[in-house]
Amino acid sequence: MQFGIFTVGDVTTDPTDASKPTEHERIKATVAIARKAEEVGLDVFATGEHHNPPFIPSAPTTTLAYVAAQTERIILSTSTTLITTTDPVRIAEDYATLQHLSDGRMDLMMGRGNTGPVYPWFGKDIRDGIPLAIENYHLLHRLWREEVVDWEGKHRTPLQGFTSTPRPLDGVPPFVWHGSIRSPEIAEQAAYNGDGFSANHIFWPASHTERMVKLYRQRFEHYGHGTADQAIVGLGGQVFMRRNSQHAIAEFRPYFDNAPVYGHGPSLEDFTSQTPLTVGSPQEVIEKTLGFRDYVGDYQRQLFLVDHAGLPLKTVLEQLDLLGEEVVPILRKEFAALKPAHVPDAPTHASLKAASAVTGVPA
Amino acid sequence: MNRSIVVVTAGLSQPSSTRLLADRLAASATSRLRSAGEGVSVSDVEVRELAHDLTDHLLTGFPSPRLGDVLGRVGTADGLVVVTPVFSVSYSGLFKTFFDVLEDDTLDGTPVLVAATGGTARHSLALDYAVRPLFTYLRASVVPTAVFAASEDFGSGGGGTSLSARIDRAAGELADLVLSRPTRPRTDPFAKPIDFADLLTSR
Repeated sequence: MQFGIFTVGDVTTDPTDASKPTEHERIKATVAIARKAEEVGLDVFATGEHHNPPFIPSAPTTTLAYVAAQTERIILSTSTTLITTTDPVRIAEDYATLQHLSDGRMDLMMGRGNTGPVYPWFGKDIRDGIPLAIENYHLLHRLWREEVVDWEGKHRTPLQGFTSTPRPLDGVPPFVWHGSIRSPEIAEQAAYNGDGFSANHIFWPASHTERMVKLYRQRFEHYGHGTADQAIVGLGGQVFMRRNSQHAIAEFRPYFDNAPVYGHGPSLEDFTSQTPLTVGSPQEVIEKTLGFRDYVGDYQRQLFLVDHAGLPLKTVLEQLDLLGEEVVPILRKEFAALKPAHVPDAPTHASLKAASAVTGVPA
Repeated sequence: MNRSIVVVTAGLSQPSSTRLLADRLAASATSRLRSAGEGVSVSDVEVRELAHDLTDHLLTGFPSPRLGDVLGRVGTADGLVVVTPVFSVSYSGLFKTFFDVLEDDTLDGTPVLVAATGGTARHSLALDYAVRPLFTYLRASVVPTAVFAASEDFGSGGGGTSLSARIDRAAGELADLVLSRPTRPRTDPFAKPIDFADLLTSR
């Protein structure tokens, strides 16, 4: 099982001292966080994509390529890549280039984005969100698998005799996850393609994530990619830890109460009981995280959000130390002991390359 | 057949005249449905009790378990009785918030009886100028008679235009509309997903 972190890339005032990083500081902090994630033994670093303040990650492949040059082992990914408003041709080119530069140490997660004006800023209509995700990904899928593509759709200019370059490394397209908070259509899309499905798992209760993952697993089997329990599932999650649970709660509360997304709403206590958020000791994080398996089954990737809402870099790096030293080693051992042999690990470039060598067909 | 009627009231005081009006409307509609040979189950939603959950839902985008259960009941109701106090020429903000967090399409075609309370009859047009358009927007089937109860109505006598007569007329209309429809089909997008081939061709 893979463990990692994902960042939203928000530039948020620290509510405890009113300090606010510059965009430059936040971008550099993102790189420091990614390097630290590798140093403490995590498997994945993922960045979001946004095209409006207060967010800095508008150019994810630039950041990820820079991180790739400074790391050796960690897998670089996205959370998410905007398949709706980004030209699929540019996604094919940018991410294939990242794949070469990182020697295959990357994958990506498709998402629709939920900021209304971003659609018109890129010439799209938010009401076409699902159709754009379906059509654009369909094209991207072909661009990475067919040398020469003739294509015509509704949402971009037609292509005649187009070859996306560079071709994927070793002829193996990057592995794709599809992320969605609440659209069954996206679970269906992931299942149809035999791709991974990633549940946001931050904002909604467990019962909702359970339904989405169950649908994806059933349809994955329906489309003949394997049994339902062999489908490739990723989860988000959100943690804040101190060795002493009370200290964690006291320190995190002002960040929670003022967080841009859910602040000034439910109490920390209500939110932790209703969603996967865990604020407490490493042991509490271990227990709650192991419990995710009870409602999604054996899964392949767990990403935590640790660097949002104005938390200072120093605190975030301390969180990563705790994750790397006290949480992930235990989770690795426990999840591995529970996982049956026929449930696969998350695909990597090496595993996909080996599989395509056997079948002769890119995965 | 068993019909479920959900009564949504947004009164704030205890006891509230909004609650009083809602109870009379529900009782009248229930008796009309029962006399037509239908089974009826009535459930009440006091929006006041959900005020914090509603605010949290606005801010986080998902309902608390308790609110989620209530929204589920509204979504599967065969008929709704909705009663708001009139605040500043319209429904109360709390009443509106409850209907703001409903998922799109939740009330498609649902028979709805709209009612309101206020200090004097001068506020009665709020029903037809504010409450009825809200439910029309939500594509509910709003019955023709809307019931407004001013304080003085609770002390007035019977007769053709009395509060009791208006309640019975409106409740009768709601019952007739409910009876004219099959029990609501429950669509669960997770139970029967759109096939990918259809997603691709409908793009």
